[in-house]
Amino acid sequence: MASAIEVRDLCKSFGAFRAVDGISFSVPQGTVFGLLGANGAGKSTTIRMLCGLLAPSSGMARVAGCDIAKDPEGVKRSIGYMSQKFSLYEDLTVIENLRFFAGLYGLAPRRIETEAGEIMSLTGLAGREASLAAELSAGYRQRLALGCALLHSPRVLFLDEPTAGVDPAARRVFWDIIYRLADSGSTVLITTHYLDEAEYCGTVTLMHAGRIVAAGSPGQLKRERFPGRLVEVECDNPEAALAALKADPRIEEAALFGTRLHAAIAPGAGELIVEGILASRGVGLSRAESILPSLEDVFIRVISESEKEDRP
Amino acid sequence: MRDRLAALMRKEYRHILRDPGTLFTLLAVPLFLLVMFGYAISLDVNNIPLAVRDLDRSPESRALVASFLASGHFLPSPSPPDSRAEGRALDTGAAMAVLEIPDGFAAALARRETAPVQVLVDGSDGTRAATVMGYVDGMTMRFSTDLRRLASMRSGSPPASGPAMVLDVRPRVLFNQELKSVSFLVPGLVALILIITSVISTALSVVREKENGSMEQIIVSPVRPIELILGKTLPYAAIGLVAAALVLSASAILFGVTVKGSILALAAMTVLFVLACLALGIFISTLAETQQVAFLISAMLTLIPTFTLSGFVFPIRNMPPAIQAVTYLFPTKYYIEILRALLLKGAGFGTYWHQALALLVYAVVAAAAGAARFARSRRK
Repeated sequence: MASAIEVRDLCKSFGAFRAVDGISFSVPQGTVFGLLGANGAGKSTTIRMLCGLLAPSSGMARVAGCDIAKDPEGVKRSIGYMSQKFSLYEDLTVIENLRFFAGLYGLAPRRIETEAGEIMSLTGLAGREASLAAELSAGYRQRLALGCALLHSPRVLFLDEPTAGVDPAARRVFWDIIYRLADSGSTVLITTHYLDEAEYCGTVTLMHAGRIVAAGSPGQLKRERFPGRLVEVECDNPEAALAALKADPRIEEAALFGTRLHAAIAPGAGELIVEGILASRGVGLSRAESILPSLEDVFIRVISESEKEDRP
Repeated sequence: MRDRLAALMRKEYRHILRDPGTLFTLLAVPLFLLVMFGYAISLDVNNIPLAVRDLDRSPESRALVASFLASGHFLPSPSPPDSRAEGRALDTGAAMAVLEIPDGFAAALARRETAPVQVLVDGSDGTRAATVMGYVDGMTMRFSTDLRRLASMRSGSPPASGPAMVLDVRPRVLFNQELKSVSFLVPGLVALILIITSVISTALSVVREKENGSMEQIIVSPVRPIELILGKTLPYAAIGLVAAALVLSASAILFGVTVKGSILALAAMTVLFVLACLALGIFISTLAETQQVAFLISAMLTLIPTFTLSGFVFPIRNMPPAIQAVTYLFPTKYYIEILRALLLKGAGFGTYWHQALALLVYAVVAAAAGAARFARSRRK
């Protein structure tokens, strides 16, 4: 399968600060690719370079076959982009917003009407043509913003934090639309910091401090990082329990999740060792059970490991 | 290119029409200002009590007094018997100006010499005093031209180039003979409207798109910078020109200030000024990230200088030399001078080509700087 996005050793510096520090990845056509990381990890800078909004400091990237440094205009014609602010014009109606963005891509008037009709049925906006964008709920505005990025049938779609501030039900509808787009051959690169959402991506890549620290499918990442069991612990003194678990060599990793603890047990050891460790330190245990790791577990682990490497 | 530009302009007009308050403000405020300047805060001074002390008592001196009183600006007040009484009349407010015609006035005129006349003006209200002095200048100059015309008619010879030809006062008398402040203010008002619609509206509309993120959405599309700049500026240019035409029509209808010069030249110069303004608006939009900042910069660079440093209200020639030098930095000065030449004097291009050239240079430099910064800000 051809790569819709191909990135090699891409760097972007702002003065002395390296926002993106030599990243490489490729995204096959027709897949949903998640770019994850905390704020400031370099996700938005990467997406902005791939859209031709920022010139890279070094390295290369091809989007839909166009070199982003040599042919940014070619890139612009073949991509759709939706920024985190759902940049709509609130004083224009749904159909006026759609017509405006279609006009920006130079679509002929007749094509604008057919495309807009299709977009409205795809996004569930049909019947709301005459509503002002300001009157729509966050979920509808998000889908309208997506629709505005789809009018010119882009081969590659960049979505920068598209689900911020949208309720879970509306997010679900949004993801259904994303899947339908991918099924019809579009490639979608999405950034998010909702890690439950990242589970929907075919491939995820985690960025930390401008670098890629983990990449693969969600299942693959979980298997690689948690070969042993993961135990969730509820106890009366989480701080003391955390210290006790971290000190024991049979526990690979322990982290706080709110008032609970997640402890990764080395392969071969049983989950009962957790109870033993806590009992020996006198921490009262109320519950300990084996759970499936989430991407959140994976990323906490990856990031703490990479921070350990940075501070030898 | 045409489709994309049309899409941008259609959208901009929708924004303008969806916000009738702003559109109304853009069109109505200039008219309101015109009416206010025209009626309410007129700088004109009428019914000035004038005391006359005619020591010559000749037909010529009486003619001078008559021409003062016939102007409609002055009202006669009791004649002071001596120079001390003159001062007293001013002190008590019985007179605001005193005209003293010395003995030998008619004799000096007959010898074709400059005849001395003294006018005392109550200077406690500087603005009023300046206006009164303007009237006095006007009256004396009119009197001297009338007199010379009369003399040449009598002798049958062409008007002599006598010493009474006073060039520096002549413009006032000819071009705003009644010193109507509304005709003095109309050019500045037109400039003000164009600045508000062209510089400020353009800068704000671009920065608004930056604020709500839609600018990024436009930049990732294949729209070229020139299409974006034109799509953003042309709608506001059109509104500005409509508003300017409204003010010019209103000032003709309400105050009889008609365009004495060529309408075509007026249109050409206005378009040149609008170009300079739009370029400046685009340039300002590249400096600001929020609408507040954009408005502040626009106000500092255009609104305030238009009121204070362009000769709109305060005459530039009364300013200290250093401030006069600063006025050359702002394009409104040139435009107001051109408008005064065209509106009030009906002057030809030969008299204002310096200003037109300055405007052109300003427009080209601002457009180059604006376009360069705009293109650069799109792709860091």
